[in-house]
Amino acid sequence: MRMAEKKYEGYPKEAPGTHLRTSDIREKKVSYTWWEPEVQYAWSVGHAMSEFLKGLKQGKILGIHCKRCKRVITPPRSFCEYCYGPTDEWIELPDTGIIETYSISYLDPNANRIEEPILIGVIDIDGADEHHGFMHYFGEMSKDEIKIGMKVKAVWKPENEREGAITDIKYFKPLRGGE
Amino acid sequence: MKKDVAVLGAGMTLFRRRLKETGKELSYLAAKQAMEEAGIQKDEIDMVVMGTAPDAFDGIHMKGENLLDGAAGANKPYVRVFNGGGTGVFAPIAGWWHVASGVADVCLVVCEEKMGSCYPHPQTAFRHIWDPILDRPLNPNLVWLFAMEMNRYMTVHNIKKEDIARIAVKNKRNAVGHPCAQLADPNITVDDVLNSEVMAWPVQRLDISPPSDGAAAIVYCSKDVVGKYTDDPIYVGGVGWNIDSTMWTNRDLYFPRYVALAAKMCYKMAGIHNPTKDIDFAEPYDPFDYKEAHHTEGLLLCKKGEAPLLTKEGVTARDGDLPICPSGGLLGVGNPIAATMGQKVCELYWQLAGKAGKRQIPGDPRVGVGQAWGDIMQMATVIALRRG
Amino acid sequence: MYEACNKAYVDAGIDPRKDVGSFITCAEDYWEGFSIFDEFVPDQIGALLRPCCTVCGDGLYGLGTAYMQIMTEVFDVVAVEAHSKVSDLLTYGDIVLHAFDPVYEKPVSGPVERPWYGGSPEYSEQDPKPLIGATDEKQRVHPYFLAGLEMQHYLKTTGTTEEQCASVVVKNKKNAYANPYADYELNIDVEDVMKSEYLFKPVKKYDIAPNVDGAICFVLADDKTAKDLGIEPIYLEGFGWCSETPWLSTRGFDALYAKKAARMAYKMAGITSPKKELDVIEVDDRFSYKELQHIEALGLAKPGEAGFMAENGDLEIKGELPTNPSGGSLGVGNSLEATGLQKALEIVTQLRGHAGKRQVPEVEKGLAQAWRGIPSGSGAVAVFGR
Repeated sequence: MRMAEKKYEGYPKEAPGTHLRTSDIREKKVSYTWWEPEVQYAWSVGHAMSEFLKGLKQGKILGIHCKRCKRVITPPRSFCEYCYGPTDEWIELPDTGIIETYSISYLDPNANRIEEPILIGVIDIDGADEHHGFMHYFGEMSKDEIKIGMKVKAVWKPENEREGAITDIKYFKPLRGGE
Repeated sequence: MKKDVAVLGAGMTLFRRRLKETGKELSYLAAKQAMEEAGIQKDEIDMVVMGTAPDAFDGIHMKGENLLDGAAGANKPYVRVFNGGGTGVFAPIAGWWHVASGVADVCLVVCEEKMGSCYPHPQTAFRHIWDPILDRPLNPNLVWLFAMEMNRYMTVHNIKKEDIARIAVKNKRNAVGHPCAQLADPNITVDDVLNSEVMAWPVQRLDISPPSDGAAAIVYCSKDVVGKYTDDPIYVGGVGWNIDSTMWTNRDLYFPRYVALAAKMCYKMAGIHNPTKDIDFAEPYDPFDYKEAHHTEGLLLCKKGEAPLLTKEGVTARDGDLPICPSGGLLGVGNPIAATMGQKVCELYWQLAGKAGKRQIPGDPRVGVGQAWGDIMQMATVIALRRG
Repeated sequence: MYEACNKAYVDAGIDPRKDVGSFITCAEDYWEGFSIFDEFVPDQIGALLRPCCTVCGDGLYGLGTAYMQIMTEVFDVVAVEAHSKVSDLLTYGDIVLHAFDPVYEKPVSGPVERPWYGGSPEYSEQDPKPLIGATDEKQRVHPYFLAGLEMQHYLKTTGTTEEQCASVVVKNKKNAYANPYADYELNIDVEDVMKSEYLFKPVKKYDIAPNVDGAICFVLADDKTAKDLGIEPIYLEGFGWCSETPWLSTRGFDALYAKKAARMAYKMAGITSPKKELDVIEVDDRFSYKELQHIEALGLAKPGEAGFMAENGDLEIKGELPTNPSGGSLGVGNSLEATGLQKALEIVTQLRGHAGKRQVPEVEKGLAQAWRGIPSGSGAVAVFGR
């Protein structure tokens, strides 16, 4: 292993390591080994999430209530992480909310550059406690309009296309006056 | 039976996007350097701790097992700890409790990362940090998460992008004095950062630290035996760690409350009552420039929303009143996740021991604080080192 | 995880949101299917906004870590959790194979096209899946072949016979009937085991512990806190762990890790003659021969002796050295990193006198030992006493 040639004053006294460029690999200046693991999982969803996903299939956003903390939680869970007790009754929430935060992305999910940006963010769902919501896409709005605090509403897939997944909501659109 | 723990030596390898050496070899290079500086042999090490982040990067399940020989762990009590990005400071914390509990007199901590092995790009391993039901079906990109947090932080406090960009400039310039640095640049300006490609607004290319390969190591010993090795020991003053809820969408991201709680735990142990006065310099985790500001506030070193102004006023420069990231941080030196221990903890040691060469903070620093952050905006690990 | 931790907190009489100082989980990313599994831990174990960390090791490593954390005097109470959700893993064999060294060991394992036997959730004793052997070049070899190599070596060097290993299987699966947590209890005899097909000769189908799901939580505290809570505790008197070289080609395959880990644990616990002082033990028996190999490595029998002890019934609950009264992994199931805690749980249950039909009489000290599984050479030991 080639050590760094320059010695610096002070510590670390040297920086051992051999820098490798992508071209070194492409031009076969180094040998390498390759492996693709077969890694497949099927996660069980659990009680609370099952109900939530069923709700999504029916076009509803569900929340759950914790009596002790007096908060309405969405996405729902079987226990409350603050008081560590089981959660109580289910509540149907409206499919509207406000934008908690967002980003305008010029990268697609695979980190490729795209021309038309993707609008993504977190929506605080109405009816649930403050800062309770989930991540989703935004649509029917431009990157210049989007802002924190904007009121939005879910746009659902048609009933026959819904599967019981977070993607049953296509995106959230702005709630313009009169809706 | 709590024992004081002293740092005897530290080591670091080169940090680059891709290094030829295997993970074992990198661990060996860093461990050897640290042991040489400390003046100890392998037989004198009682226990070894390895810190290394997701297995998916190296492409080896239970990679702690694979790396142990390079980290001097063969035929020794060896354990691997892992807290996502917080591992860089958590592994030295784990090393600390090995010695502070009295179970070991001498403990070696090694942190290694080989992100370059992941094909086609280490980013793809980050696809599996998301919740499989709520987040993954939306195919999110990791940068989006930071962009959302950065946006919330900037909006709540009304912070200008250029004040944040200045942090990236400071760190990349600071890194010029670091032999391991990947992205040191003595000439970079705020305009360079503001004109760089927008990835996911508000995050731009030069706001982000690069993925890297690298390793770092540190040697601890108990106060009982430190006299054998040095007359001027640097001690671990305090440690703290804390984790927030998995449900990141149920939190207001503008302030990292988990960092504040970890810092409080550390400061209490270290006897730091007034962080802004008692702490001489800090190395908060800076994978993104706004993160340095976010974490500086989390470490209670200034009021919420004020951190970017400190950099504007020169307070956080190496010769300022509160130097922040004098090593050059992740933005300047590189980001091999767990191996960032090199900048966050080894740097504290070298600064306090007066061994930091070109990066040395002037004056007489006596207390330094290092912090790392990990998981989905969740994990904070804080360590304080002091001289004497 | 929530269920197991809740049970532990209620048993200890504490509120995790107030009383527990630090939380430790023992997990590996690939067992869970997440990069950075640490993220998904805090809420369900009560660790929200508290110190919480992940140790990548068996549950016994977690217990040792908790011990050290308490000894620093920074924490009074520490919770340790470990679990197995192996039924979520569709390609268990390939994930274990993924732990092999990428330069020297993976390339000789070949490509794979079909999922492998050993860990499929539909596995049942009555309906064994056919072996997909390494005879077909297109197949990846199942990593359990290493067990075959090691068993071969063990039988040769110690003179132990396959029948003696089979008697371990018979004992453990019978013991499991008295264990409400066990899933793989079975009433078979040595002949049934010997007749079961060779999967990785000399390892046969019944020699392998099948996989199981489960979660276990322990709560540890310093002496004073336990007394203040009005609890008569079982003490963790000593622990140890050790890792041998990861290189398969230079490893001794003699469970040196168990020997050294035990040495560390005995020293801490002040044990000088383990055979006399230990009343009950739970050792890793993921493969039947491992139980015998570990007993010898722990200094409780000479090489080759453990096989005879198994044959003579010395390892039975009423025997001289009761071993795996819970049924071990062969009877309860292989719970991955939770194995150590399953064994520790059994020892604590025995020492408390709550083991019902499988209670070993007059127990004062017990030992739990675990191994990290193929292909590692790492393991941990914990000694408990009243």
